[in-house]
Amino acid sequence: MFSLGLTGLLVRRDLIFVLMSLEVMLNAAGLAFVVAGSRWQQADGQIVFLFILAMAAAEVSVGLALVLQLYHQFKSLDVDAMSEMRG
Amino acid sequence: MAWLWLIVMLPLMSALVLAVLGTHFSRRVVAAVGVGSIGLSSVITMLAAIEFVSAPPVGRAYTQVLWTWINVGSFQPHIGFYLDPLSLVMILVVTFVGFWIHLYSAEFMMHDEGYSRFFAYMNLFVASMLTLLLADNLVVLYLGWEGVGLCSYLLIGFWYRDPMNGLAARKAFIVTRVGDTAMLLGLFLLFTSLGTMQIQDLMRRATEDWTVGSTLAVTAALLLLGGAVGKSAQLPLQVWLPDAMAGPTPTSALIHAATMVTAGVYLVARTHALFELAPAAQFVVAVTGAATLILAGCSALTQHDIKRALAYSTVSQIGYMFLALGVGAWSAAIFHFVTHAFFKALLFLGAGVIIEALRDEHNIFRMGGLSKQLPVAFWTFLIAGCSLAGLPFLTAGVYSKDLIIWSAWAAAQGHPAFWIAGVIGALLTSLYTFRLIFRVFFGPIQTPVTKRPGYVMTVPLVILAFFATIGGWVKEPLILLLQSTLPMTIETEAAGMTETFSEVVVALVFLSGLYLAYLFHLEKRELAEGALRNPVARMIHAWWFADWGFDWLYDRVLVQPILWVAQVNKNDFIDAVYTGIARLTEAMYRSLRLTQTGLVRWYAAGIAAGSVVFLAMVVFP
Repeated sequence: MFSLGLTGLLVRRDLIFVLMSLEVMLNAAGLAFVVAGSRWQQADGQIVFLFILAMAAAEVSVGLALVLQLYHQFKSLDVDAMSEMRG
Repeated sequence: MAWLWLIVMLPLMSALVLAVLGTHFSRRVVAAVGVGSIGLSSVITMLAAIEFVSAPPVGRAYTQVLWTWINVGSFQPHIGFYLDPLSLVMILVVTFVGFWIHLYSAEFMMHDEGYSRFFAYMNLFVASMLTLLLADNLVVLYLGWEGVGLCSYLLIGFWYRDPMNGLAARKAFIVTRVGDTAMLLGLFLLFTSLGTMQIQDLMRRATEDWTVGSTLAVTAALLLLGGAVGKSAQLPLQVWLPDAMAGPTPTSALIHAATMVTAGVYLVARTHALFELAPAAQFVVAVTGAATLILAGCSALTQHDIKRALAYSTVSQIGYMFLALGVGAWSAAIFHFVTHAFFKALLFLGAGVIIEALRDEHNIFRMGGLSKQLPVAFWTFLIAGCSLAGLPFLTAGVYSKDLIIWSAWAAAQGHPAFWIAGVIGALLTSLYTFRLIFRVFFGPIQTPVTKRPGYVMTVPLVILAFFATIGGWVKEPLILLLQSTLPMTIETEAAGMTETFSEVVVALVFLSGLYLAYLFHLEKRELAEGALRNPVARMIHAWWFADWGFDWLYDRVLVQPILWVAQVNKNDFIDAVYTGIARLTEAMYRSLRLTQTGLVRWYAAGIAAGSVVFLAMVVFP
């Protein structure tokens, strides 16, 4: 699932899909924590998942706000078009 | 005596005020400040002199320490002044002659721009010179020494719009720098071997620690002599002085005749104990003086710029002073300095009047018949000329010159060859002086007079002429005064020579010079022109005219190679290393810049690939 997200991040050019791939990767990491927690009979895994969930929510809100701003600026959601920081 | 510091401070303050606020003042105020400060300083000096003579301080010397300048271990030079008969005589002449020259320039410079700048420089110069003369240790002396060098540079290049003047200023600065470097090395040597910079302690320790003729003493004396030779324009560093005539005429009078160039004479006289320990160095002083006075005399004979001729005459007269120092006739040298200051300042000021009257005409062959046109300038110039050439009995110059020439034979380190050099020099002096006078003031009028000097300019001429005449009468009291500082001239039995005979010879030589000058430059001018048609004579003339080819020699041996090296090494080869580092950095930056694509996905890919690589390293060690 992490690899799937990473591939999506690298291949997709649409900003929304890039964000979604990011979410997929986060969830992959969270799933790994939960699985590891149940394997070793520890509650830590689930606690960390809650943290990841909260962080993901915050990240998405910031990310979407940025997406709105970027759309305003470039009139497109293509990440490759936003290469103004080219050296 | 407690006012001693004011003598230096007044001109210094005035220089500061004029430099900062001078442009806001009217010319009248600037002149009042500039001239007044020197006048006050001169008055204080005279009061100090009266006090010094009437109630001599303990040890016949007065020291005033103001504050400690630097405090590093055992190296603790003070800002301190030391007044003894030698420095007293020097500062008297400097402030007195300086005052009249300042007064003269108040009118002379009236129509030039930079009026306040001129007076600021002149005051700063006098302040530096007084620091040099009054210094009680060699570090303060060196401060004054460099100060006069700087002011000389500023004043020679005063009319800076003409690049030639700037070149002359730089030449003066660089050539004297050669001597200054030698002097600085001498100071280092003295400090490391004797451990003090106080002149009096230094001399005492030198006489205690060093034996006569020891290598250290000779080396130190020769290094100091190097500085003296540079500042006093003696062989082989005399090349800057004739070019220094690019400055305004009062500058030439003040710096290049009366005061600054005698700093070298003062230095040697001040450190005479050291030179007595080094007979070899003292012999070098005498030879330098004798050679310079003849070479410069010959060059003075051929110049057609009135100021350059006078400049060579200055070089030649300082040669006399060095000769006197070299043979151990210390007070004779200082006596000649006093008389020379009066008549040479007068000659230059007279030349300034003439040059201004003839609309910047410097060439003596285009002057003539001015004796009726400019009577004050004529009479004062004549008096100064007679004093310079040594008209017997009447003038000041003859007394000092007779004394030097006589000492050249009779003093302990004297030699008949020095006497002969002195007599030849006297002949040349008389010849070139009257050549100037006959060419400028007699014969047909060639350039009309357009401007006559005002009172502010003629009064200094008359006063200085007065002193150029009576200056000789102070001979006995002056030598008596200097006795406590400078040792008496040791006279030996001179075989087949008496003082009277020497004086008679000098007088005869004066008359023959006068007659020859009369013959060639007034009565039968075609003779001089005829002589020039002779190819050998013309060659010698050209050679002498070019200062015996010294400039040419230095140009070939020093200036051209240095310029060549500079040309070749325009891109400094040591710099190449540092440029290389910069180039390398730039190349790396260019290659790394390619990775900065601005595409977010590439960055993400980079992070992912990096993580994979690191994970692989951790998992499969």
